[in-house]
Amino acid sequence: MKTIYLDNNATTQVDPVVFETMQPFFTELYGNPSSMHRFGGQVGAKLKEARASVAAILGCEPSEIIFTSCGSESDNTAIRSALNAQPDKRHIITSAVEHPAVLSFCKFLEKKEGYDVTYLGTDEYGRLNLEEYEAAFRPDTAIVSIMWANNETGNIYPIGKMAQTAKQNGVFFHTDAVQAVGKVPIDLKSVPVDMLSLSGHKLHAPKGVGALFVRKKLPFRPLLIGGHQEGSRRAGTENTTGIIALGKACELALAHMDEENTEVRRLRDKLETGLLNAIPDSILNGDRDNRLPNTSNISFGYVEGEAILLMMDQLGIAASSGSACTSGSLEPSHVLRAMGVPFTFAHGSIRFSLSRFNTEEEVDFVIETLPAIIKNLRKLSPFSAEKSAPACTKSFSE
Amino acid sequence: MWEYTDKVKDHFLNPRNVGTIEDADGVGEVGSLACGDALTLYIKVDGKGIITDAKFQTFGCASAIASSSALTELLIGKPLEEAEKLTNKDIAEYLGGLPREKMHCSVMGQEALEQAIKNMRGEAPSKAEHSHEGELICECFGIFDEEILRAIKENDLQTVEDVTHFTKAGGGCGKCIDDLERLLAEAHGGTVCKTPSARPAFPAEGMTNIQRMHLIESVIDTDIRPKLQADGGNIQLVDIDRNSVLVKFMGMCSGCPSSQATLQNLVEATLKEKVDPELQVREG
Ligand code: FES
Repeated sequence: MKTIYLDNNATTQVDPVVFETMQPFFTELYGNPSSMHRFGGQVGAKLKEARASVAAILGCEPSEIIFTSCGSESDNTAIRSALNAQPDKRHIITSAVEHPAVLSFCKFLEKKEGYDVTYLGTDEYGRLNLEEYEAAFRPDTAIVSIMWANNETGNIYPIGKMAQTAKQNGVFFHTDAVQAVGKVPIDLKSVPVDMLSLSGHKLHAPKGVGALFVRKKLPFRPLLIGGHQEGSRRAGTENTTGIIALGKACELALAHMDEENTEVRRLRDKLETGLLNAIPDSILNGDRDNRLPNTSNISFGYVEGEAILLMMDQLGIAASSGSACTSGSLEPSHVLRAMGVPFTFAHGSIRFSLSRFNTEEEVDFVIETLPAIIKNLRKLSPFSAEKSAPACTKSFSE
Repeated sequence: MWEYTDKVKDHFLNPRNVGTIEDADGVGEVGSLACGDALTLYIKVDGKGIITDAKFQTFGCASAIASSSALTELLIGKPLEEAEKLTNKDIAEYLGGLPREKMHCSVMGQEALEQAIKNMRGEAPSKAEHSHEGELICECFGIFDEEILRAIKENDLQTVEDVTHFTKAGGGCGKCIDDLERLLAEAHGGTVCKTPSARPAFPAEGMTNIQRMHLIESVIDTDIRPKLQADGGNIQLVDIDRNSVLVKFMGMCSGCPSSQATLQNLVEATLKEKVDPELQVREG
């Protein structure tokens, strides 16, 4: 059975060109870039090229890029560095809808190390309130960490404006741009963020490689201490194959950016409209006008997400659910709950995230088959719109 | 992805005995939409005390659907006396096992059966009894100490994680973890001392949405429903959207000319007092 992969915000297929580029560095070119001999040195030269490619997609200097193992490491490093560099400052501003790499770390800092954390809430569309944000700054605020785009709804946040406000308050600004890089243009020359995290496997590079942008002259405290790799900012022998792959993936993402914003968006919109029209009591979660071009989060009322996912899986369709059951936690997605999505809908949310490898036929197949799945599950359920008279059947994005 | 046995997958994809029984002798309802799983079980019993038919409707994940389907298969043809002894373990075993994290689905089946039998005998649902005798431990999922103690004993649970897998308690905000540890110690014969907790200004202050929701459910179950039932009525919690609580009157209350007064003077007033003064209750 062919897999229709619509879970690209979880991870992506490694682009065949990326795979080809990294292959020789497993077999023939396996030298350590830190070695003094030429065999290692030639690998070092490739890392330099990769660094330049990552810098190019962000519009920054190559020297401002630190390679890491993943987005989570980049997020943790950024926040920890800001706190260690300003030991007198004990306050952090973030949002309630961050990725666990930021959210759980902030909760840990709050609980175990006594930091104060302000978690900005959202409105029903998942938008942050800028007035609440401005009011959150304190003299002891050390860092703001707000994601560029949300992994569940695809919402894009006003990072330029928010970074500017932080700058005016003299506070470091970090953004987790793991979902945004490669999908929307980013130019760090015009956006005053201090640190930015990205991850390779979200843009068709393999898992296990990430990067952190740290603006020149920003005080920086490494998380990993040991060797002198990455200019002593991140110890540990480099994941050379991963880094070379990331460089290539960034080059390709830059080249495909228009396609992401036209063709991928068109397919996403077709899928979204098709499903919302065909399935009663379904709502779109998120900000319709300000979202990543590849992401659509739809809640199907009165059915549970894991059940939908498993039925879809039977047909070879892979997507993701904000339902509690799939995550090991028992509460529905923290993002949807922060947005106040009623329980009637929150448990039955499915995230579809596309990539440039998806096709029109795949989208058509999902539009054709999903309505029957929802219908069957609703037949099984003791709840329905008529029986439960839901408080809210409106679309959250109308 | 969860590792389900072929039998779980089969019962999920081809559930047996789905639906309702119009003239059921007993109906058991457990869980809620808000909790993420709910089961309504219908049973029909003949003059000899044999369960001749069982049907279900389930809202929930694959293992919740499979557990309900398995339960009905286990029930049909069984004498009531035997059915009464059925436990969640029997449901899980019938399915060739459930992931430990999903054991609460089988517990839901056992509870629905108990409710259905009670309903058949004209007894009040046990949740209301709990509220008088037991202590609410997990506010997130509305779970009382009795239920937790029973799960610990029947399934020989050893850790808080186990308790969460079997009852859901502790699976939300984690505020009840200390209490779960206390109950584990109590069940295993350890000494127990209860730490008093500071009372907030109003009961729901500082609670997460899910905790508030469970408190609302629990107040409806303990303080409101019994009063309505006394007059042949009933109430169902339909949804909660921020401060707005939507309910549905049933039985004698639906269509009653004084239902507006009941809504305001009993339902809303009680919820305001016991949960949050900002709550507004509507009928839908
Ligand atoms: S009170 Fe038990 S998990 Fe929140």
